[in-house]
Amino acid sequence: MIRNDKPTWLDQPANVARLYRGLWVLGTLLVIADLVVRRHAEVDFDGWFAFYGAYGFIACVALVLTAKLLRRAVMRTEDYYDDR
Amino acid sequence: MIAELPAGLILIAAGLALPLLPRAARAPLGLAAPALAFAQLLWLAPGYRLETEVFGFMLTLVRADRLSLAFGYIFTIAAMLNAIFAWQVRDGPEQPAALVYAGSALAAVFAGDLLTLFVFWELSAVASVLVIWARGTERAYRAGMRYLGIQLASGMLLAAGAALRYAETGTLAFDLIGLASPGGALILAACGIKCAFPLLHNWLQDAYPEATATGTVVLSAFTTKLGIYALARGFPGTEALIWIGTAMTAFPIFYAVIENDLRRVLAYSVNNQLGFMVVGIGLGTDLGLNGAVAHAFADILFKALLFMSMGAVLLRAGTVNGTDLGGLHKSMPLTTGFCIVGAASISAFPLFSGFVTKSMIMVSAAQQGHDWVWLILLFASAGVFHHAGIKIPFFAFFAHDSGIRCKEAPTHMLVAMALAAALCIGIGCYPGALYAILPRAVEYVPYTASHVLSQLQLLVFSALAFSWLMRNGIYPPEKRSVNLDFDWLYRGPGKRLALGSLDALAMLRRTLAAAAQRAGAAVGRRVRFHHASQGVLARTWSTGDMALWVALMLGAYLLVYYL
Repeated sequence: MIRNDKPTWLDQPANVARLYRGLWVLGTLLVIADLVVRRHAEVDFDGWFAFYGAYGFIACVALVLTAKLLRRAVMRTEDYYDDR
Repeated sequence: MIAELPAGLILIAAGLALPLLPRAARAPLGLAAPALAFAQLLWLAPGYRLETEVFGFMLTLVRADRLSLAFGYIFTIAAMLNAIFAWQVRDGPEQPAALVYAGSALAAVFAGDLLTLFVFWELSAVASVLVIWARGTERAYRAGMRYLGIQLASGMLLAAGAALRYAETGTLAFDLIGLASPGGALILAACGIKCAFPLLHNWLQDAYPEATATGTVVLSAFTTKLGIYALARGFPGTEALIWIGTAMTAFPIFYAVIENDLRRVLAYSVNNQLGFMVVGIGLGTDLGLNGAVAHAFADILFKALLFMSMGAVLLRAGTVNGTDLGGLHKSMPLTTGFCIVGAASISAFPLFSGFVTKSMIMVSAAQQGHDWVWLILLFASAGVFHHAGIKIPFFAFFAHDSGIRCKEAPTHMLVAMALAAALCIGIGCYPGALYAILPRAVEYVPYTASHVLSQLQLLVFSALAFSWLMRNGIYPPEKRSVNLDFDWLYRGPGKRLALGSLDALAMLRRTLAAAAQRAGAAVGRRVRFHHASQGVLARTWSTGDMALWVALMLGAYLLVYYL
């Protein structure tokens, strides 16, 4: 049985772009909320303005770029371990 | 009467009886046994002990306290979910082995002494390898052999540590051990293998993804969490664990980003989540230890849910490689939804289970002044959302449409996923129920405006980083590949080196043996030359000759005497 073969909302690139823009709007709102909500800091520096947003973004970009470098060192063909 | 049986025995007995039953009765028994075991645990009160004397050793078969009961509850719940998820798997060794495996892990958690612990530690290793081998492929067989070797080594370390302890202290009791006590380091190493400490971790990523669609779900629940339990029992407050755990949270996520097999990605994230628990145990504070136990509880559920969704994909689409998948939300909308619940739980979204458990460990690290540890844990939190929370659902169910059109997962699998998802959300929304069974008494309030806002910021900007990298073509594409990890040492060239040195040794032995044989033959020839029938020493001499030689010798003696 084949179900749901018609194009869905996500198949339209314009909708994906809308989703992407919506995410930026959400992020901006959360950063603005930093000004309103009194956050209690867990360590000395996490009370800084937009600390979590900035750290999350930078951490993930750094993670992916490092992983790309790692791939150069460790990637082998799929059958590397076969008959060995 | 059943209530007084050792914990785990019901499951082990049911597992052994399963193949003897008619096929139609197997799945119901597979579910009834863990349900009965769960009921048994509800009857056990903290403080209950079941002791017996064997060969002069006082063994504690059951020691019920808040720590063992918390792990006991979640182990039996996991066994029930597995039974529903694998309802259609009736033949072959997988389900009997899965029950024996769950039962021995449960029995190990309730073991009050190191000897009982060792017996069930080893039994769980042997039963779990049968679950891996049930896939029936050559790859599964080889991965299972490597897995078995490493698991049995863990058992040997535990046995050696226990023996050392017994020799020096005269007790086998399994309580606080610590690194200062005799055998402590060996027992820690045994636990370290089970918990997949860095460099001891490869058995996990190697073997788990080789099991069947249902087998991997079973495997993900027990072995590593048994290791976490043993650490929480024997080594709370051991400072080395803080750093080991921190390393564990961080390094696997780099591999998870570039791995193609989505179940192997999840295996790396198992490693990462175990790291948080190890840090909590290393901190040893009431909050840290509670956090470790709570996170183990939540992790078993959301990891089972994620492995179930990938198992359903493997069953229906025939592959879990990121390169081959995409667009499956059209064919498997319910599985997609359940996978997203698992992803939100592991990523610690507010209202999902990870949010109320992982933060206990992080707050405890911050309170103890471990700023660097806290920063790395925060990095790992962003990273786990990135690779498990986004990558898994994205590449399987969204991304580009792979053209695969298949059926939705079978009903029993959907039921198991729905139950696991309900538990993940239930814990996230009503954390008090989970906090009530934790070992230490602690006041912790997860839902503060500050915590919710900071976590949402972290997650939304991690998602933005993913989308930004994706839309700008920087994100590394999925590739069919093998990524070398530490197991390279015993699988690839390392294995060849070992085999090569064995060959060299064999050749040396052959050369030496040949030389010895030649030397022996030469001695033999000389002996034959002098002593054989024609040899100078075997000749017969006449009496006259002998008389002449004796006269000459006497003459020589006389001469020497006068000189």
